Amino acid sequence: MEERYLLGNEAIAHACLEAPVGFVSGYPGTPSSEVIEILASRPDLSCSVEWSVNEKVALENALAVAWCGVRAFCTMKHVGLNVAADPLMTSAYTGVTGGLVLMVADDPFAHSSQNEQDSRMYAKFARIPCLDPSTIQEAHDMVRDAFALSEEFGLPVMFRPTTRICHSKGDVALGPAIPFTGKGEFHRDPRQYVVIPAHTRVLHRKLNEKQPEIRKRLSQLSYNQYQVRGRKAVIASGIAASYVQEILPPDISFMKIGAYPVDEEWLAGFVRMHESVLVIEELFPMVEEAVREVAGCVPVHGKKDGHAPYEGELSPDVVARIMTSCGFSPAVEYPAVQPVPDLPPRPPILCAGCMHRPVFYAIRKVFRDGIYPSDIGCYTLGVQLGAVDTTICMGASITVGSGIFHSGEERDVVATIGDSTFLHTGIQGLMNAVYNGAEMTVVILDNRTTAMTGHQPNPNTGYTACGTAVPPLSLEAICRACGVIYVETVDPYDLVSLTAALRSAKERPGVKVVIAKQPCVITARRAGVKRGRFTVDSDTCTGCGVCVKFGCPAIEQHEEKAFINDLCSGCAVCMQICPSGAIGKEGAR
Amino acid sequence: MKGSYDILVVGIGGQGTILASNILGGACLIEGRTVRGAETHGMAQRGGSVESHIRIDGKFGPLIAPGTADLLIGFDMLEGLRYSHFLKPGRRIVLNCRMVIPTSVFVQGLAVPSQDEVIRALSRFDLCMIDGEEIARKAGSVLAANVVMLGAASHHIPLAPGSLVSAVQNLVPPKTVEINTRAFEMGREAGMRC
Repeated sequence: MEERYLLGNEAIAHACLEAPVGFVSGYPGTPSSEVIEILASRPDLSCSVEWSVNEKVALENALAVAWCGVRAFCTMKHVGLNVAADPLMTSAYTGVTGGLVLMVADDPFAHSSQNEQDSRMYAKFARIPCLDPSTIQEAHDMVRDAFALSEEFGLPVMFRPTTRICHSKGDVALGPAIPFTGKGEFHRDPRQYVVIPAHTRVLHRKLNEKQPEIRKRLSQLSYNQYQVRGRKAVIASGIAASYVQEILPPDISFMKIGAYPVDEEWLAGFVRMHESVLVIEELFPMVEEAVREVAGCVPVHGKKDGHAPYEGELSPDVVARIMTSCGFSPAVEYPAVQPVPDLPPRPPILCAGCMHRPVFYAIRKVFRDGIYPSDIGCYTLGVQLGAVDTTICMGASITVGSGIFHSGEERDVVATIGDSTFLHTGIQGLMNAVYNGAEMTVVILDNRTTAMTGHQPNPNTGYTACGTAVPPLSLEAICRACGVIYVETVDPYDLVSLTAALRSAKERPGVKVVIAKQPCVITARRAGVKRGRFTVDSDTCTGCGVCVKFGCPAIEQHEEKAFINDLCSGCAVCMQICPSGAIGKEGAR
Repeated sequence: MKGSYDILVVGIGGQGTILASNILGGACLIEGRTVRGAETHGMAQRGGSVESHIRIDGKFGPLIAPGTADLLIGFDMLEGLRYSHFLKPGRRIVLNCRMVIPTSVFVQGLAVPSQDEVIRALSRFDLCMIDGEEIARKAGSVLAANVVMLGAASHHIPLAPGSLVSAVQNLVPPKTVEINTRAFEMGREAGMRC
């Protein structure tokens, strides 16, 4: 046994090696991405690891591996599960023979997400077990147990850490990594794997028949446990259980829920030993609803009576306030402090030299009155530049764009979408837009990688998760195959060509695609690309502010003059937008 | 029951708060102590404000509540001020004397506090100003500024300096061990003068 200070996702990745797992797939999404990155970078890797093109593809791959009797692990963020929901729901019917563990990382507070959905509800919906860790050590141990549970019940098991597990650190005891030597074998069984109505009705009944056993089995694991210590009780789930334990006085009973579905009899027995119960959990009141169902006349506090919030994440001080609010005195009192007011914010921002910035600049110049549906990626930060009007989910820039056109809106529609997002779920929207006669311009922001989540490769990058070189696909050919006539690839650092391509797109009918292609400035720097810095000639600078409003973090304004700081990566775009020719290459004057 | 010594390390994405957290956690393991930490990953890292929570002897969750931190290490003056409400009054704040002005200030014409204003606003704490970049440059690389800051704060960290130095040496790239060891020691010396 080895003890290390690890990120939650590192501990989870290590548990996969201890299982050992035979196949790992996923699509990047904060806070889940590091698991596959860590596994893929292991020099001693003995299993197969892939970045799939989207979550549905990832889960279907993993499901098939588990059908062949090999353990499979599939990772995604919570909203990714919406994409993979189709195979998920029926995978519970077909079941698995090798263990299938689906890691779905939830993001209470939407630190890096478009919503705060609670994946425990999906597990309930699909009728599969769900494990919800309260500490990193538990996350590690749960992955190990999840494979065994999956094989015991022949069902996929959801493992649902949250951001504060995935991106927290702690001392973790690890077991040994075991080399994977297995070999899958598919046993033909149409009644199990071909879900025609005659088969699926039987499978549905079998799934339901498994439920009582699952509940009983989960209440025997240490993940659901309680201590009776007084007349009041707090019931907490997931990471919130850790926050409660930090501040719980010794005379209040405590129940921790880490595994679902919860056995009702076991829960009722505990609840009825108390005079009042408080339920503490993040997001949906899932435990609270179960407690209310069995509570009888025992009063239950939580979200439904207004003491606890439905949204956001919890913390020890928030839990202390909830406890105080319903008459459960916490053992710790927290000071009421306020942040220093009116400080300038420092939100995340597109990097100096990011290829997305000139594209947004040019779109706004050429389509002054346009509508700008966009998508999920670093470029969503283009909202700061006034060039992102909508973002809903992966791939929805093109579909929202064609919808806006079909509404009768007469202004030009210009959708922006990254290369990875385009391959994830953008292509169908493009095909549909052409097929159904939309008029719009689509700009593919092709930075050759999945940048926002940490530069994971995709089929457009030219290599796999493990670094194996593969022939890159052709975005141009895909667009043409979808029926797009005007497809133009330009270098976004070359404003003249970029603007010209957008102008000719604007003049043409139908769906037009401009591919702005330039490697992400971070990956380019790592690959050793060096461009000279730029500088402002303060005598020529008129202080007009055009370059400052461009919003590059390398450009500052001091005493009415622009100044380029050492973040400059040499993209040369500011030189092209300066109306007085005051910006030039360093050392060139 | 707290029982942990809580350190908040704040800065801007890319300044090395995660390495600082790893060093503190590594040093805890060297001493056989428990530790919890929480940090910023993902989109917020793109030049945004970032925070790392480290709870030495922590046994529960990773989050430090506002008003309860025992030590604050700020890699940027503005970020140090932004998170100062996390610190208990009178406790030490080790602050890099540099400030990267947020792009929003230039684009939207917002007001930014001057160095003197930051210092005045932090008067209820035990403020220790360090020129992390300058010391790091003298140690051999401006990239070691985060290790300089840890060294400067080490007088207020309940871990043996030897454990911290070992953790630094275990965690930085092999080619930079010498520079970072020097950065830690020079930072520690600068912190002693506060």
